[in-house]
Amino acid sequence: MTIEQIVNATELTVKVAGRLDTTTAPELETFLKQSIEGVEKLILDFSELEYLSSAGLRILLTTQKAMNKQGEMIIKNINETINEIFEVTGFIDILTVE
Amino acid sequence: MKELTIAATVENIETVTNFVNEQLEALDCPMKAQMQIAIAIDELFGNIAHYAYNPDVGDATVRVEVVKDPLAVVITFIDKGVPYDPLAKADPNITLSAEEREIGGLGIFMVKKTMDDITYEYKDGQNILKIKKQL
Repeated sequence: MTIEQIVNATELTVKVAGRLDTTTAPELETFLKQSIEGVEKLILDFSELEYLSSAGLRILLTTQKAMNKQGEMIIKNINETINEIFEVTGFIDILTVE
Repeated sequence: MKELTIAATVENIETVTNFVNEQLEALDCPMKAQMQIAIAIDELFGNIAHYAYNPDVGDATVRVEVVKDPLAVVITFIDKGVPYDPLAKADPNITLSAEEREIGGLGIFMVKKTMDDITYEYKDGQNILKIKKQL
């Protein structure tokens, strides 16, 4: 997994590539915890994310809750596999997916 | 049939995934099924790594079998840890809001939804969890 970020005032875009699973999730969790302070719009660009497991879903839920208090979180460019994961788990209803 | 016996640790999830992927690639497995199987391995082998022998470390065996008509792959996870039936757990409520949501049970739920069959048995001191995916 690789993480890239683009900061534009209070807007933060985070591009996550590769696999978001048990092994890699802690790294993204630490990164987001440190990075979302003061952010009003968080964009997660998943165009190069292959898949995510429940370890990844847990981070998305935690981050969504944190962003609900300070602004918004948008997830962009998910592939078919990830879309299906969001659908079967009902995450499609609690996340903003564009 | 191919089999891998390895220490059940989080670090070895990747080794198990690579081992299974080698078999899947030989079958021209569609990419989507391959990713769903990789997720299942993360959930199931990850569970064994976290809970089966906690706080010790023990071995787990991962077996890959191919069945025909229709073509499917059967992956069996075997450990000698504490008896644990992941299928006994109730499915999570997936209609709750973000604030009310709990993450427990989502992993096994995803596996149930994306695999064609999943069975568990405890036999001869072993947890035996089997998943089947049609290719």
